[in-house]
Formats: sequence, structure tokens, C-alpha cells
Amino acid sequence: MKTANKTVTAERLVRDALEKAKHFADYNIFTFINEEGALEKAREIDAKIARGEKVGRLAGVPYALKDNFLSPKGEATASAHILEGFTSPITATAVKKLEDEGAIMIGRTNMDAFAHGSSTESSYFGPTLNSHNKERVAGGSSGGSAVAVALDIVEFATGTDTGGSIRQPASFNGVYGLKPTYGTISRYGVVAMASSTDCIGFFTKTPDDMDLLMEIASGQDPKDLTTLPDYYNNNPGTESDDSCAKIGIIKDFDNESVHPGIRQALKNKVELLKSKGHEVVELEMPTLKYALAAYYIIVPAEIASNLSRYDGVRYGFRSEKSENLEALYKNTRSEGFMPENKRRIMIGNFVLSSGFYDAYFLKAAKARTLIVKEYEKAFRECDFILTPVSPNPAFKLGEKVNDPVAMYLEDLMSVSLNLAGVPGLAIPAGETKEGLPLGLQLVGPRRSDKSLIKFSKELA
Amino acid sequence: MKYIPTIGIECHVQLATKTKLFSEVDNDARNKEPNSCVSPVDYALPGMLPRLNGEAIKFAILAGKAMNCKINNYSRFDRKHYFYPDSPKGYQITQFYHPIIGEGYVELPSGRRIRIEHAHLEGDAGKLTHFDNYSLVDLNRVDTPLIEIVSMPDIHSAKDAHDYCKELWRLMIFAGVSYGDLYNGNMRFDVNTSIAPEGSDQLGTRTEVKNLNSFRSVERAIEYEIARQTKVLESGEKVKQETRGWNDATGKTTAQRSKEEAKDYRYMPEPDLPPVNLTDESIKKEAEKLPLMPHDYREKFGDIIASDILEILLDYPELTKKINEVEQKYVKNISNLFTSVLLAEEKSAEYLNDLPSAKQLSDLAEMNEKKELSSTGTKEVFLKMFDPQMKGRDAKTIAKELGVIQENDLGALEQIVDTVLAKPETKKAQEDFRNGEEKVIGFLVGQVMKESHGKANPSAVQQILRQKLA
Repeated sequence: MKTANKTVTAERLVRDALEKAKHFADYNIFTFINEEGALEKAREIDAKIARGEKVGRLAGVPYALKDNFLSPKGEATASAHILEGFTSPITATAVKKLEDEGAIMIGRTNMDAFAHGSSTESSYFGPTLNSHNKERVAGGSSGGSAVAVALDIVEFATGTDTGGSIRQPASFNGVYGLKPTYGTISRYGVVAMASSTDCIGFFTKTPDDMDLLMEIASGQDPKDLTTLPDYYNNNPGTESDDSCAKIGIIKDFDNESVHPGIRQALKNKVELLKSKGHEVVELEMPTLKYALAAYYIIVPAEIASNLSRYDGVRYGFRSEKSENLEALYKNTRSEGFMPENKRRIMIGNFVLSSGFYDAYFLKAAKARTLIVKEYEKAFRECDFILTPVSPNPAFKLGEKVNDPVAMYLEDLMSVSLNLAGVPGLAIPAGETKEGLPLGLQLVGPRRSDKSLIKFSKELA
Repeated sequence: MKYIPTIGIECHVQLATKTKLFSEVDNDARNKEPNSCVSPVDYALPGMLPRLNGEAIKFAILAGKAMNCKINNYSRFDRKHYFYPDSPKGYQITQFYHPIIGEGYVELPSGRRIRIEHAHLEGDAGKLTHFDNYSLVDLNRVDTPLIEIVSMPDIHSAKDAHDYCKELWRLMIFAGVSYGDLYNGNMRFDVNTSIAPEGSDQLGTRTEVKNLNSFRSVERAIEYEIARQTKVLESGEKVKQETRGWNDATGKTTAQRSKEEAKDYRYMPEPDLPPVNLTDESIKKEAEKLPLMPHDYREKFGDIIASDILEILLDYPELTKKINEVEQKYVKNISNLFTSVLLAEEKSAEYLNDLPSAKQLSDLAEMNEKKELSSTGTKEVFLKMFDPQMKGRDAKTIAKELGVIQENDLGALEQIVDTVLAKPETKKAQEDFRNGEEKVIGFLVGQVMKESHGKANPSAVQQILRQKLA
């Protein structure tokens, strides 16, 4: 990562990034550009460097912030109409850690509203376009962040991954995207989607950048009781380079419904690993086929609950035409939420309704436990698992917008990691004949994030 | 037909923790500006996460132990959803599936036991004030820790319901987990009442009267419900299962919400809070901090203090604890001072927080019993102990200052009596007495008291006078 120094100033780095952001404006990447704030901070850092003072590990590095992270800079809307006008008095823990090391936020990036979606088409601000083909989707929900890194506007971008929202857009745009072990980075100050699966992560151009960001952002936070005790910096990637790793591939994921380009990419990487002396084993993971169903019960339930606070009473958008309290709630929420938000709220409230809780939520929770066990079993047989991130490369804008089930199927291979809480790193794996990026994901056991990132270099 | 009432009570107790249940802001909103004790977590800003207050867990253990309850090793939180401006998150964080406090019982002063089904921790809601065409929201109370205590339907009279609520209140203030300020809603009661014909093995349909905030209103609301339900059944109709509201001014309950209109709270495990795991050891360690409870004091002082006086003392933990510190032989004496003198004072509430030491009180009782102080003198010295200028001084010093120590020395008294008898103005009275006029002894005692500046012990004086004039 290029950091500022005496010859290349932070201001220079920031101005370049701002210029590129403007140049690529038609991709609809940013919901807010932090021009003044970024330049001001850049000058502060340059002054420090000029005075010979110590600066952070990310001094002057421009980055893009997904719109669901709280920071007093710009409106934090999670690209949702209902949060229009909301400026946060709070800075998310992750943002604070990055900025304390000198990183400079140059803009907030577009996303599916409240991170509900796999294409960024469900944003109140309209879709972000794919970095390699403007007729294709950026992926989602962290589409803006993925494209900002892919187009080299910034060195890195933040993302959130609840069911694939970092890994899928990373693979659609040919960059690295990490969903860490659940609880590695504090969720404090990040607009919640589904509390038990939400993970904070990053988009980068290299594994080393990812490692540095994880060193900085990870760690237990008293403000988020679901964070794990610090482990990332205490655990120096145990697999040494000269040792042979055992890599599992999932038989069920290699079938006709998967795009041939992705199947070929996986084969290529398997050959590469073998040529480097690693062992490749086939895994049976039959329980994973229940992951999508379990996910689309547990996650909407948590979404419906987490979105209850958006009622137009205290902040954000409020419908003006309401004559009483009930109308205020109904109108504000009807006008403020996107169709996909409403769909998930309705599913969530349905599965939590009295009389249905046991049949849906509780059953899904049991399936989740089985999936956790399935991964534990798999990691007794291998060190890492290599799978596709999604069955297809970036699809056309509008192609799946009216077919929610087809859209949900995009998450088939990504959601089980979130249910199990295990880390997954999306890695670039070539392109289709049409020039669309292909991606694979490397999956590891809980808390293996550092060795996972390190091992991904074997696949480069 | 005779009907037997069956009553179950849910009681909400606000815990007096320093900070709120899920954030680090001040939990004591008494005399504070509306919305001044609110953190971004309570306010439900996006991205905010609850942080569990360990003190609330400790208080829950104490409260549970005060009610002879099992404390569960595993408990966790759930979300209870509903939309209303008093609930910024759109849900209340409570313990629906795994409460921290399990089964137990509360023993009434009558000795009757009321079983506790369970008790759970939860966050309180905010407060709304309604005006003609708008309402104001105050979120100071949001996520004040509450424990909700759910009784078994073991109560069969309005009086027992009253006693149960009062005993719960005493347990909570003796355990030190709540301010117990009923006027400010520190404890609120929901009562479920049903009636069934005597001898029936089935319970009747129940009604729930919510949000009662005094023992008296609990008793009255139940009396009203029993009478109302009896009337309904006797007219051949059925009692409707519903929530009813109590109007203290009219003394009546009115229908609010029927069973059909009941909300679906869509309970869900709270994913932002890990479960609470308590080891037997940690529970024991906390439970050991539980001070003596009302039933302990009843056992200890039942034979010494009259039960009506003891029950009054038990409404004031400060007094009860002080009584427990004084020498046992003076317990009765000081109990009487507390209940008949101190509590009659206008400033008694203030005095409770700053009681004299056990030594001061024991000395005072000793002087009284040795007749060095008359009962009036005792009372005067006692009240002076609360005077900021006299504070901390021992009983004898105060008594001397007030000049109320009685002269009991017979030799000294005799001298004074002689002086008085030598005065010409007493001659006639002496003569009258000798002639059998009993009444004048009072005049003579008065003269001696005057001569002694009030310090003589009047009964001793009378005795000496009678000897001299015999």
C-alpha cells in the first residue's frame, strides 16, 4: 500500500483519488465525496511528516467507506431512503482504528439499501456499474466498495458481509475480499443487517494489504460483546510456506448449474496447488444444501427486528402526511424502505410469529448448528476449502431484479460461511472469455484468518 | 354460591444500579431533565449494540436469593417486538426463554408461602405524556434495569395480595437492589384475578389489571374484580379474558384490550448479547452478600418486640438494621422510640438517613431505664441527637446540656425537700396534707421540682415528702 512520505504527499494521494472518483462518476460508486474533509486530513498528515513526527501505518492512504459505517463525515444512510438526512454523531470502532493509523476516507460507497441484495440494484441511489462491463451489476451488497478498489480509485475499501456481500462483489470485480471470522472486527457503529451473521471486512488489491488492515482493525471491543478476544495479531500464520497444505473441494458445488468459466477456474487452481506440492481432497458436505433455506429464515428474522428502530420518530426520513401515530409508522416505513427491505421484513416477521417460531426459526437454528458441525468435521479433514463464491460471474443489470429467488440463489455458496462464522477470502481467479472477472473463495476454520490470507498467495 | 378467588401477580422492580442495563449512562433519573439520561444505545441510533451491566446481574442474584429462588447457571436475553414511541429500538430486551431467576417462594408475615414461578431481567420503557394534540416522549427511563417477578397463582384474597406485594417491596429494599419508591414507579404490579365456585377443580377465566403502583390499589382493584366477576357469573354470563385498567379515583376497573386484540410480540433470541453463564461459585459469592431479610428479623425479635411495632420497623430497613446493632436489652425501648417518636416527626424521612450510633442509642436507653431521664427527657435527648449542632455527642452530654437529668440521689433530694418545707409559703399546704387533704401533695412535689430546676425524680420526691409529713 502506498503511504504518504516526504516526496509523495498525502495531499497528492488524496487529490489523485478524488480525481479518479470524479473520472468514474458514471459508475455511481459514491453516495458522498469527502473532498474537503479528506484534503484537510491529508494536510495535517503532511504537516506531521514535514515536522518529522511519527505517522500511522496507513498515513495518507485514501480509502472508501461503505455507506453503512457510521462516521460524522457525510450522511450515513446505508443507501436507504429512510435514513436520508441522518448524520451520525458516532464513529464506528473500525473506522476509528483505520483513521487513527492515518487512512483518509474519500467517500462513502453505494450499496443495496441496508445491505439487502446481491447486485447494488436495491440502493435508493440506483445501481453501481460493474468495473469491467457497464452493462453488468457490481454485485452486492458492497458493490460501490468493490468497484472503487477494482478501478484503482482507492487502495482499499470497507465492506460488510452478511451472506456474501463482500466476497461476491469482490469476485465480480476481480479484487480480494475478506469476510473474517465472526466477531473479529467490532460491529459497533455499523448499521446492522443481521446481528448473528454480520461481519466487517475489506476489499484490497493484494493479500498483504488485507493482512495489514486486519492487524489494524481486528480485536475485542467492549462496545460489541460479540467480538472475540484478540487473536489475529497473536497467531502468526501457523502453516509455514514449505509445508504441504491439504485443500478440500466440495463435490456438490461442481455441477451443471455452475458457470463453466468458474468450474474451469477452480480446476486451474487445483492443478496449480498440486503442482506446488499441496494435497487436494474431495469433501462431502451434504448439510450445506440446507444453508440457503436456513439463512433466508434466520437473517430476515434478525433484519425485521433490527429494522424496527426506523420509525420516523427520532431521525432520518419521516413521512409528512401522517395524521396519527399509526399512520406515521406505516407511511414512513412504506415510503422509506425499498421493496427488498419490505420483502425481508415480511418474511422475518412471519417466521417469528407466534405459532410459526418453532416450525421456522427454531428449525433453521437447528440446521445452523448442523452446518457449524459440518464445517468442524471438514476442517478435521483439510486445512482450507476452495469453492466458487457464486454460481455465476456478474449478471446483467435488471436481469434478476424481478426474480427474488434467482437473486437469492446467487448466495448459495456464500451464506453457509456466515451461518458457521468461519472466514472466507475471495480471490481473483481469471476472467471469462467476455472479460468478466472470476472469483473463488478460500475458506478456513474459525480464527484461521491470518493463515488463510497468507495461504492465498499460493493461489496467485 | 360461594366463589374462591385465585390471584397471580407480576411485579416489575426497577433496580438501583448506577448505570443502565445496556449502556453506561446514569440510571438515576430522579430530578433530571427529560431525555438527559439517554445514550445512543438507549436512543437506538443505527449501529448501536447493547452492553450488559454486570451490576444488574449481581442485583438479580441478590433479589432472587431474597425470594429463596434458584439462580440459573445459564440465562440469556430475547427481543420482544412492538411499535410505540416509548420503545426506541422497536423491541424490548427481556428474558423470555431463559430467565436468570428460577423457582422460589416468598413468606408472608402470616407465615403463608407464595411460590415464585420465575423472575427475569429486562429493560424498562420510556415515558409518554399526552396532551390534546401531541405527546411528549421522555427516554430517561429507557433500559433502566427491571426484574419482573412472576408469582404462581397461590393467592386467594385481596389482603394476601396486598401483603405479598408489600413483602416483595420489603425484600427488595432490604436486599438493597431497589429504591422501592412506589410514588415514582420503582415497583409496579400487574394482577391476574379469576374466581371459581368453591370446590371446583378448575380455575375461572382471568382478567389482568395492569400497572398498579401501590399496595392499597392492588388490594382495591382485586376486591373490585372479585365483586365484578361474581356479579357477571351470577347473572349467568361469562367473564371475558381481557386486560383492564384501574382508576384510583373512581375505584373501578375498565376493559382495555381483549385476548383477541393481544399483540404478537414475535420473540427472538437477542443476537447482540452472549448468554450469561454463572458458575455455582460466583452465585454463592454474590449470595453471601445478602443482608438479613425481614423474616430473619421476625425470627430474631419476634419475642422481644411486639409484632405490630416490628412490622412497622420492617417498613424501614435503616431502623431495623439499627435496632439489630443496639444492645439486646435496649431493643424494645429503642424500637418504641423509633416508632412513636422518630416516625411521628415531620422530618423523619431525612432523619432515617442519618441515625445516631448504636452506642448513643444504647446509652440513652440505659439512662431512661435507670430513671436518670424521664420519658419526656428521653424523648427530648433523642430528638436532639438529630440536631446538626448536637450530632455525634453522647446521650449524657446532650442530657446535661438540656438540663434534664433527674436527681435520684436521696440525700441530695432530702436537702431540697427540707429547703422547700422550711419556706413559709408551703406551711399551709403541709398542714392541709396532715389533715388528710391528699391533693396538696402535688403542689408540694411541684415546689420541689421547681427548686431542683426540674431535675428531681418526681416519684422519689413524693416518697420523701410522705415520709417527712407522716
